[in-house]
Amino acid sequence: MDKIWLIIKREYLIRVKKKSFVVMTILGPILMAALIITPTLLTMQDQQDRVIAISGNQLDFLEPLNDIENTHFSIIPQEEIEALKQDFSNTNYYALLDFENENFIIYSDQQISLSIKRSISRKIEKVIERKKLKKAGINLKILEESITKIKIQTKIVNVDGESINSSTEASMGIGFITGILIYFFIFMYGTMVMRGVIEEKTNRIVEVIISSVKPFQLMMGKIIGVALVGLSQFTLWIVLTVIISAIAEIFLLNPSDIINEANSINNAKVLVQVNELIGGINLIQIGSCFFFYFLSGYLMYSSLFAAVGSAVDAEADTQQFVLPITIPLILAIMLIQPVMDNPDGSLAFWLSIIPFTSPVIMMVRLPFGVESWELVISMLSITVSFILSTYLAAKIYRTGILMYGKKTTYKELWKWLTYKG
Amino acid sequence: MTDILLEIKDVVKVYGDYTALNKVNLTIPKGSIYGLLGPNGAGKTTLMRIINQITAPDSGSVIFNGEVLQREHISMIGYLPEERGLYKKMKVGEQALYLAQLKGMSYSEALEKLKYWFKKFEIIEWWPKKVEELSKGMAQKIQFIVTILHKPKLLIFDEPFSGFDPINAALIRKEILNLRELGTTIIFSTHRMESVEEICDRIALINNAETILEGAIEDIKKDFEQNTYQIATKNNTLTESKEFIIKKHEDQIFYIEINSNFSKKDLITTLNQNNDIISFKKHTPSMEEIFIKAIKNG
Repeated sequence: MDKIWLIIKREYLIRVKKKSFVVMTILGPILMAALIITPTLLTMQDQQDRVIAISGNQLDFLEPLNDIENTHFSIIPQEEIEALKQDFSNTNYYALLDFENENFIIYSDQQISLSIKRSISRKIEKVIERKKLKKAGINLKILEESITKIKIQTKIVNVDGESINSSTEASMGIGFITGILIYFFIFMYGTMVMRGVIEEKTNRIVEVIISSVKPFQLMMGKIIGVALVGLSQFTLWIVLTVIISAIAEIFLLNPSDIINEANSINNAKVLVQVNELIGGINLIQIGSCFFFYFLSGYLMYSSLFAAVGSAVDAEADTQQFVLPITIPLILAIMLIQPVMDNPDGSLAFWLSIIPFTSPVIMMVRLPFGVESWELVISMLSITVSFILSTYLAAKIYRTGILMYGKKTTYKELWKWLTYKG
Repeated sequence: MTDILLEIKDVVKVYGDYTALNKVNLTIPKGSIYGLLGPNGAGKTTLMRIINQITAPDSGSVIFNGEVLQREHISMIGYLPEERGLYKKMKVGEQALYLAQLKGMSYSEALEKLKYWFKKFEIIEWWPKKVEELSKGMAQKIQFIVTILHKPKLLIFDEPFSGFDPINAALIRKEILNLRELGTTIIFSTHRMESVEEICDRIALINNAETILEGAIEDIKKDFEQNTYQIATKNNTLTESKEFIIKKHEDQIFYIEINSNFSKKDLITTLNQNNDIISFKKHTPSMEEIFIKAIKNG
C-alpha cells in the first residue's frame, strides 16, 4: 500500500509541476471567460447604424417601413438609385432595396447578413399584408388589439407536495454544459494516462519498476495520480473562474452604476430571478453526480487507455485501438440533442444505463429530473463496469508493457487476456 | 538453513502455444556468481522475470532462502534488466530516491546511501540534473547504484556491461566481485563469454526453454576437455591413424580427438611413431566453445 502511494505521489507531482499544467490552469478559465464575454462584446460592437436605400419611385408604398434595431430605411430619388447600382464606394448606404420584374432585390457591395435579409422580408410581408387587409375593409386597430402573447411557467411538484418553479432552458443549459465537461475530462485525462504508460514503456523504465511493485499497482497508481491532477485542475478552474468573472464584472460595469443604489436593487432582482430559474434543479445532486460520473467514467475509460498504451510502442500506433474506445463517447455527445428533446424516453433511459455513454447522458438528463431507481441502476452499472474494465485492462497491461518491437493485433490482445499471472 | 539461496524446480512457463521454459531446474549456492547463459530467445529473460515475480510460472516452484518465493522477498532481490531506462524528465536524485523507496527503503536511509554511492562513483554533481542530460554510461551507473542500494541477498544482472566503456565496465566488475565478497549471491546473464570465465563460479546453459548444462565452471570444462589434445609437429604435418581424428588445424596446431576405444597411452605411442612431436597438451575449451558445442549437440 505504501508503494502505491509513492507512485500516486510521483504521478501527481510530476504533472502538477509541469509548466503546461500551470499554463492550462490559468488559461482555462480565461478561455472560458473569453468564450462567454466575447459574443457579448461583439454584439455590443455590432451597434453601428446601417442605412438601406429604397427606390422612391417604385417602392413608395413601403414608406411606413420602420427601423429594424439599428437598420434604417431611407427613400432616395431614382437617379441616385441608378448610380448606386454601379458603385457603392462613395456612399454611406449599406444596401439598396429595389423592386424589379415583380421581385425584390437587395444590392450591396458586401454579402448581406442572413438576419437582415430575413427581417427585411418579414417587414415587407407585414406591410403588404396590412395593405391587403385594409383594402379588404378590416379594421387594423381591432386586429392589433387581438394579438395575444402568453408565457407558460413550468413548475415541478416534488414528493413533499411543494411545487417549485422550473425552467426547461436552464435544465438544457446545465445538462449540456455538464455533459460536455464530462466528455472533455474523460478524454483529456484518459489520454494523459495513455501517454504516461507509453512514456514508461519507451523509456524502458517499466521493467525496473515492476520488479519492485506489481504491474497493477503501477497502473492504478498512475490512474489515481492523474485523477487527482484532474480534480485539482478542475477545482482551480472553478476558483479562478469565479475570481476572473468577479474582476471582469467590476471592469465591464460602469463604476457609477455600482455605487448607484437603485442599480444594486436591480441586480438583486436579477439574482432572485436566476435563483427562481434554477430553483427546480437540484444543484447539490448535480454536483455530486458530476463528481461520481467523472470519477467512474474516467476510471473505466482511463484503464482502457492504459491498456492501449501498454500494447503499443509509440503514440503513433495507438489509432486503431483508441478509435473503438472513443466511438461510444463521441456517440454520446452526438445524441445529447435527441436525449434533451425527450429526456424520459427509452433512448435517454438506455444511454444513461449503458456505462459507455452513461457519464455524459446521465448528466444531460439530471437537470430534467431522473427517478432515483434509474440513477441507482446507472451508478451500479458503471461501478461494475469500471471494476471489470480495470481487471481486463490490468491483464493486457501486465503483458503489454514488456512487449517490444512487436506489432500488436486484436488477436494478440485476446491472447494476453488468457495468460496466467 | 542451507547453503542454497535459490532453487528452481521443474519450472514451466507457456505463452499461448509458445513454451518459454520447459521444466527448468537450477540450484544457486549462496555467495556465488551464477552465469545464466543461452542464445537469444532461450528463455533467460522469462526465468529472470519469474525470479523477480514479474510473472508467475505455470507449474514448478521457486524456493528462495528456504521459503517458497513470495511478495516479501522483493526487497531482498535487486534486478538490473536488459531493457533498462529512467524517466527522462525527472531529476537524477529525485528519481534514484523514488526507485529506492519503491524497493522498500525509507526516505532518509535511501538519501544517505545514495549520497555515499554517488560520491563513490564521482557523479554527485549529477544529482540535480535531468536524466535526459546524461550520457548512456552515466545513466547506467545510476541504474547500477539503484539496483544494489538496498543490499539485496540476490542480485540479478542482465547484460550489466552493455553500454559501458572499458574503464567503467572494469569499475562495475570490481563492484560485482566486492558484492560477492560481502556474501551477495549474483545471477549474471550475458552473451560475453570472456566475462563469464572471468567472474562466474557456476553456470547454467539454457537453450530452447530447457537447461542443457549446469554446474561449476571447472567441472564443465573438465567434461568438455576429456578427449581433445593440442599437438604441434616439427614439419607441421600429422600422419592420420585409427586412434584419433583431426578436428582442426589452426596456427600450426592440430586439434585431435581420441577415439573412444583407445587410451591416452595408445595415442602417444602412435603419434610418436609417425611424427616428430614438439608439443603435446590436453585442450582446455573456452566457454565460447562449450557454449557453441553444447547448443549444437543439444
